[in-house]
Amino acid sequence: MFIKFLIAAVFAGTPLLFGTVGEIMNERAGHLNLGVEGMMAMGACAGFMAGFFYDSISIALLAAFLAGMLGALIYAVLTITFMANQNVTGLTLAIFGVGISNFAGEFMLVNSASNSLKLPEQITAQISNINIPGLSTIPVLGPLFFQYNIFVYLGVLIAITCGIYYSRTKTGLNVRAIGENPGAADAAGIKVTKLKYINVLMGGGICGIGGAYCSMIINGGVWMNNPVNGQGWIAVALVIFASWKPFRAIFGSFIFGAFNILKYYFPKTIITIPNAFYDMLPFVITALVLVVTSIRKSKENQQPASCGVNYFREER
Amino acid sequence: MNSKSHVPFIRTVKISERSGKDTIKIRIAAFVLALTAGGLFILFLGYNPLELYGTIISGAFRSKMAFQATIRFMIPLLMSSLGVALAFKMRFWNIGAEGQIIVGAVCASYFALFHDNWPHFLLLIVMFAAGAIGGGLWGLIPAYFKSKYDTNETLFTLMLNYIALHIITYLRDGPWKDPGSSGFPKIARFTSNAQLDKVLGVHFGWIIALILLVLVFIYLKYTKHGYEISVVGESKSTAKYAGMNVKKIILRTMVISGGICGITGMIQAAGSDMTLASSVAGGVGFTAIIVSWLAYLNPFGILLVSFLFSVLEKGSSVMQSTYGLSTYFASVLQGIILFFILGCEFFIRYKFVLTKKGGK
Repeated sequence: MFIKFLIAAVFAGTPLLFGTVGEIMNERAGHLNLGVEGMMAMGACAGFMAGFFYDSISIALLAAFLAGMLGALIYAVLTITFMANQNVTGLTLAIFGVGISNFAGEFMLVNSASNSLKLPEQITAQISNINIPGLSTIPVLGPLFFQYNIFVYLGVLIAITCGIYYSRTKTGLNVRAIGENPGAADAAGIKVTKLKYINVLMGGGICGIGGAYCSMIINGGVWMNNPVNGQGWIAVALVIFASWKPFRAIFGSFIFGAFNILKYYFPKTIITIPNAFYDMLPFVITALVLVVTSIRKSKENQQPASCGVNYFREER
Repeated sequence: MNSKSHVPFIRTVKISERSGKDTIKIRIAAFVLALTAGGLFILFLGYNPLELYGTIISGAFRSKMAFQATIRFMIPLLMSSLGVALAFKMRFWNIGAEGQIIVGAVCASYFALFHDNWPHFLLLIVMFAAGAIGGGLWGLIPAYFKSKYDTNETLFTLMLNYIALHIITYLRDGPWKDPGSSGFPKIARFTSNAQLDKVLGVHFGWIIALILLVLVFIYLKYTKHGYEISVVGESKSTAKYAGMNVKKIILRTMVISGGICGITGMIQAAGSDMTLASSVAGGVGFTAIIVSWLAYLNPFGILLVSFLFSVLEKGSSVMQSTYGLSTYFASVLQGIILFFILGCEFFIRYKFVLTKKGGK
């Protein structure tokens, strides 16, 4: 039972993992992008539709990535080049992304033959759980680590790559410098604008893949409106929980995934708590994390200093 | 640094203030471009953009009933945008209007459901006050932590939205569940004693909204409080050096901002839904952010933009029944418009200059 709970937590936490890592990439470059929900929604729609028509997981993933990137591109042009307010731009991206995703989804639905969109067979097989040969049969460890679908492994891989990028590579450290003080980074010869664009766009793409997980896996391969359903907002908050570190995002996402599914696994015989309180739990905990981190004010786990402030080169 | 330091091909240069006329021209151009972009999107889907825009506009005005429906869309949008604008003016990112609307509605609904034997106007006044207090307190929570510990208000208010939403589902599934309803659990319909009366065919929320509009305008423009809000918004340090109590201003403004949103919730529940539904806010709190920003936080601008957006919302529902296109078109177009306006602000304050050969 407990093993089952942990596995379900990993599945529920995977979209959060993509969203969180994507947002970390944005914030490391100094851009607080509140549009995660929108970018995920765009990826959800594009990924699902590509999967539906081309019946191939690689094309679906690519489409989701590009759609998320497109959302991020709007944000990047407006905030990096045009120096528009980051909060407002991000919020608009969230509303726009969810809107266009649902609009396109309904458009396809109405124009479909049977008034429903279901992923075809080949891709359904490709996104079902993979039993890694040799390892998946180990008792306990097998089901716990080696029987997930491709998204889960991809998510963990991206998070680890991202973690190495920001802690071990020169470019990654340069990006961190930009996030802390773009003026100083620019003076040191770092190409601020270029790196900002790259990081914001990559982050958006990763969010898009997380959206595809929501539409393709969580809804069981059938298109439904609002596939992302608030996960993007939790991801924005999870960035704080993970203190801007991709490695921590892995555990943070799975812990929040556990909160999401707790109501199905908590033994009802001990105490019965209304379902609404379980649904509220991730948000209450995030709020508490926000308050506690702001009270503690630890130097190490702070938001990149320039986050939310646009960089204007001529005004250093 | 290497001698061939990269001089960018294009530079961005700040320009001194453009004249008011130019500013307006640029903004109108951006709006037209946004509509064009939306039109291209429609064209891409295989429809005639002019025809579709025509349907939207005529859909919102075609009959007395349609126009009344447009106004019904507008009331909550106008009110919550006013509330949000107060906080934004202070550079306090209150994106929790959604939650404040909900909590206001919940508090007001308590009296509508359990004290509906009170005299009509007393009941409505109590509900009004309950809505304002509920929303105000919900806005006070993030303001308290912001002023005391500098807790990130954007995310905090956002989390409070979802917490508020689940308070409704809790009440709906549990203590306030209508025993008479079969199927999905829901909360009982308000008796007519707890409903807002109609004036000119629309519940009198529109009068309250207009009164609030004038009050907010006066408050921001002609009172000491309003002045303090704009100083804190410009610079907290300036406000501090000028001897203002920044903490108190933040708390006070957020109570008012949340309170207005709470009243919106009461009006929606008692005037439009006639019950407490989980969709009482239904995204209005988020749209309000776009509205107030598009209106440059000016109360009368908010009136204009929220009217425009209500036409879009109502027209989209007509468009749905005519063409089978989703009403989400409204939020797509709203997003596009704001993207263009956000982008055009740049051209009001800056310009691009091509770098001449050999540096400057």
